[in-house]
Amino acid sequence: MLAAAVSACNRHQSALAPFGEEAASTRALTIVLLVGAVVIAALVAGLMQHAIRTPGGRLTHRQGMRLVLWLGAIVPTVTLFALLAASLPLMRPAPVSAADLRVRVEGEQFWWRVAYAAPGTSPVIAANEIRLPVGRTTMFELDGGDVIHSFWIPGLAGKMDMIPGRTNTLVARPTKAGRYRGVCTEFCGLSHALMAFDVIAMEPAAFDAWLTAQRRPAPPPAGRGAALFARYGCGGCHSIRGVGPDSAIGPDLTHIGSRRTLAAGILPMTTANLAGFIRDPGSTKPGVRMPAFPHMSDADAVQIARYLEGLK
Amino acid sequence: MSKRLKHRIRRLDVSLWTLIVPPTVWAVHFLFSYLWAALNCAKVGEFAKFPTLFAVGTVLALLVIAAAGVIAWIQSRMPGDDPPHESGTDVDRLRFIATSTLLLAGLSFVAVIFTATPVLFLTDCR
Repeated sequence: MLAAAVSACNRHQSALAPFGEEAASTRALTIVLLVGAVVIAALVAGLMQHAIRTPGGRLTHRQGMRLVLWLGAIVPTVTLFALLAASLPLMRPAPVSAADLRVRVEGEQFWWRVAYAAPGTSPVIAANEIRLPVGRTTMFELDGGDVIHSFWIPGLAGKMDMIPGRTNTLVARPTKAGRYRGVCTEFCGLSHALMAFDVIAMEPAAFDAWLTAQRRPAPPPAGRGAALFARYGCGGCHSIRGVGPDSAIGPDLTHIGSRRTLAAGILPMTTANLAGFIRDPGSTKPGVRMPAFPHMSDADAVQIARYLEGLK
Repeated sequence: MSKRLKHRIRRLDVSLWTLIVPPTVWAVHFLFSYLWAALNCAKVGEFAKFPTLFAVGTVLALLVIAAAGVIAWIQSRMPGDDPPHESGTDVDRLRFIATSTLLLAGLSFVAVIFTATPVLFLTDCR
């Protein structure tokens, strides 16, 4: 059990290892509440022990009533009010300005459609990975593409539901660069537990450079992999900007080679994993919408995988 | 407080209906708070800078509850027979209901303050 408890402690997906302002203040509040609860429990236990050991009749009726009034009503009321006053400011949404980065994230079974919209520019479409600039405010616009999902980056901020037809907003401000992880926290189907994403908090300059690179279309198709990608009809669902038709059914693959993981934060991005996932995605993610390609040869799958890996 | 007022208060009818005045005010204030915030955000589009109507409603609720509490306090100290006040007499019945009303008034007073506090902190419609 201890092993299970210890394994739950990690730096990349834990509300106890915050890298954003909201998660940090939530952790501080949690610690205050926990320590406060322990102190109050100890005081009450001590008082009870004292009361049990004290012979009867030590307090008059009046003194007893006064004790009840103070310890039973006034002190708890004041304590609860102090806790309320301390926790309410945390519920106040952080200020956002029109100049802040907006990241639209849509939950799909079982992946994440991501669009970065810096002010005054057209959105940059990506998927299954979210990059954020450290020290800047980002507003997430969250929506459910098919069913209800929930968006949670434990180290960054609280959870927010993604509801089809409704846009929920979540304001966050990362404070520490690094690689983190987010998850879906509302049961959304067979592979709900396999619906995650990488979160990469970057220094602002590096983020700007990355976003500029993401805005560029993919290099012109070359080699057998690109031809096979077209021949197997992959472009019917997946967009590779600058190559083939625009399709928004499946995740955008324009820069898939620059992502660290595959299948929405589940597999490391390797040729073997890519090839295996292309031929039989259902064995990695049960219930996945992408069809299997059992008739595709291993060699073809590897060629396509190499082509995708090259899309940095 | 003048003796005459005290005397009049003690002669007020008390019943289970007067007992539930404080919690009813609390409930109405609770509903009022939600309606006020929702209507204000929907109609105006942003949170009121000076929530005058809300402040007036809250003060009014607190005054009614405080009045109920003061009346109950006076009634609960009605001179009568010696404690314990557990007989089926009029005085004991009055003292019992008055004490219950007083306790409920205390609870409702605190609850109204707790309900109103978020308005001071969450000055945002999101």
